[in-house]
Amino acid sequence: MELTKQEEFALKGEQGEIMQMAYRILVATGEATDAEKLIPIEWTHLSGVNYNTIGDAGEEFLSSISKNARVKVKTTLNPMGFDIDNVSNYGLDENFISKQLSIKNSYEIMGVTPSFSCIPYEIFDIPKEGTQVAFAESNAAIHANSYDNLKTNKESAFSALASALTGKSPYSSLRKDDKPNITIQMKVKNPNELSYGMLGFFAGKVGDTSVNVSGLGEMDKRQCKAMCGGMGTSGTCAKFIFGDGDSDCEKIDFDEKEMLNIHDELNTAEKGDIITLGSPQLGLDEITELSEKLKGRSFKKRCMVFTPRTVKEQARKVGYTNELERAGCEILSDCCTCLTPLINKDNVDAVTTNSIKGAFYLKNSNGVDVNLKSLSQIIEDETR
Amino acid sequence: MKKILVAGKVQGVVLKSTDPINFLGTVDKKTGIISDKNHHLFGKSLKGTILVFPSGVGSSVGAYTIYSIKSNDVAPLAMICKKADLTVATGCALANIPLIIITEEEFSSIENGIKISLDTDDTNLIHHQ
Repeated sequence: MELTKQEEFALKGEQGEIMQMAYRILVATGEATDAEKLIPIEWTHLSGVNYNTIGDAGEEFLSSISKNARVKVKTTLNPMGFDIDNVSNYGLDENFISKQLSIKNSYEIMGVTPSFSCIPYEIFDIPKEGTQVAFAESNAAIHANSYDNLKTNKESAFSALASALTGKSPYSSLRKDDKPNITIQMKVKNPNELSYGMLGFFAGKVGDTSVNVSGLGEMDKRQCKAMCGGMGTSGTCAKFIFGDGDSDCEKIDFDEKEMLNIHDELNTAEKGDIITLGSPQLGLDEITELSEKLKGRSFKKRCMVFTPRTVKEQARKVGYTNELERAGCEILSDCCTCLTPLINKDNVDAVTTNSIKGAFYLKNSNGVDVNLKSLSQIIEDETR
Repeated sequence: MKKILVAGKVQGVVLKSTDPINFLGTVDKKTGIISDKNHHLFGKSLKGTILVFPSGVGSSVGAYTIYSIKSNDVAPLAMICKKADLTVATGCALANIPLIIITEEEFSSIENGIKISLDTDDTNLIHHQ
C-alpha cells in the first residue's frame, strides 16, 4: 500500500497512540483486501454497540480509548441493547445495564452522534451521489450502495471506527469495482416484503461482493429495506445492481422453489408467542403505514415495534405513536430485534416476524424459534 | 503472496497449528490457552510464541479476544498466516502484534517448535535460527 508522508508519520506514532492504532487497522485491513491507498470518507456508521455482541473486551477497549480518541468526520451509531427510557421495565441484569451504559458513554465522549439506529440512510440527509462513506452495519452498507448512490465496503466494526478517527478508508473492493459475475433473475410472482427479504438472503449466499438483480418491479421502502437486511445476514455481498448485467454473467433464478428452501431454513414455528416488527428498524413511512393498517384493530398478543428515537418523536407529533399504542404495540427506540436481550428463550419460545434479518438472529443468537409471516398476514392473523 | 499486515520485529519459538483458529470461543482470553477440546492445539498456551496457522475463522468480535490476550499479557509475540482474514488482521492491529502472510511453501517449511526471527523491515521477513 502507498501511504502519504502524513499517513506514514501517523503509523509511526507521531500523532499519538490512538492515531497509530487507527492507521494500523486501516493498513492491516487495506493489505488484507488489496487496497493500493487510503482515500477520504465523509461519513462513518459504527457497529459494535450492543454489549451482547462486543462483550467485556469491547466495553473495556472503548472505555480505554475514549479517554483520548475523538472522531474526525460525521459518525453515527448502531442500536444498543435496550431503550434508555424504559430499561427498568424489562428486568435486565444490572451488569448488562451498567456495561451497556459504559459503551454508550464511551461513544458519546468520542464525539459520535448517539443515533442508535441501523437505518442511518432514512434518518440523516444523504450526501451527493458517489460520496465515499464507511458503513459497518451490513443492511446500511448495502442500502447505501444499492439505493442511495453512495460508496462503501461492508466495513468491520474496527475498520469503521478507524475511519471515524482518521477520516480515511482503504481503497479496495466495492469502492473501486462493482462488476458482478452473477445475475439473479427474480421469478417469484406477487412478491411481498418477506419474498424480497428471502431474495436478499439468497443473493447474499450466492454473490461475492455484488450481484445484478433482474425482474424487479416497483418496490416500496419496506421491500427495499427487507432486501438489504436479508442480504447482509447471509454473506459478504454488499451491493445490488439493478438490471441484467453483462451477457457473460452467470444467470441464476430465484423462484418459488428457492424461496421455499429459505423459508424452511428460517421458519421453525407454526406460531409465535410475541410479534416483533422492525429489523431493520421501521422508518416514518412504515410507521405511518402500520398505524393506518391498525385503524380499528388491536393485537391479540404482545407486539414489539422497533424504530429510531428521531422517528418515534416525529410519529408522536402526528399522533401515530398513540394509535400504535392503542392497538397494543410496545414502541422501542435505541435497540432492534437483532441481539436485544429483551427477547430471550427463558420467557419466549417463538417469535412471529416479517423480517428475514430478525429471523436469522432470533434463531441463531437469541435461540428462539421463528414464525415468518408478511405484515399483512400478521395483521390478518394476530389482530382483531 | 507475501504481505505485511502489522509491522514489527521479534524472535521466538514457533507454535504451529494446521487448523484455522476461531479466536472467539477457542482461546481463553484470560490465560491465552486454547480451550476448545476439538482444536488440535487444545491446552497449549499462546503466550510468548510465534503463532503460525492457516488463517482466522469465525466472528469478527474475535478481534477483541486478540486485544484481550495482549492486555492480559498472554498473547503471542507475532502471528504468521497463509491467508489474510479481517478478524485476525484487525485484532493484531488493535493489539499491535506483528502479522505477516506467507506463501504455502514457506508455511510448510516452518515446523512446530523451531526458533525463528521475524523482521518486517528485512526483505526475507523470516530467518530460521
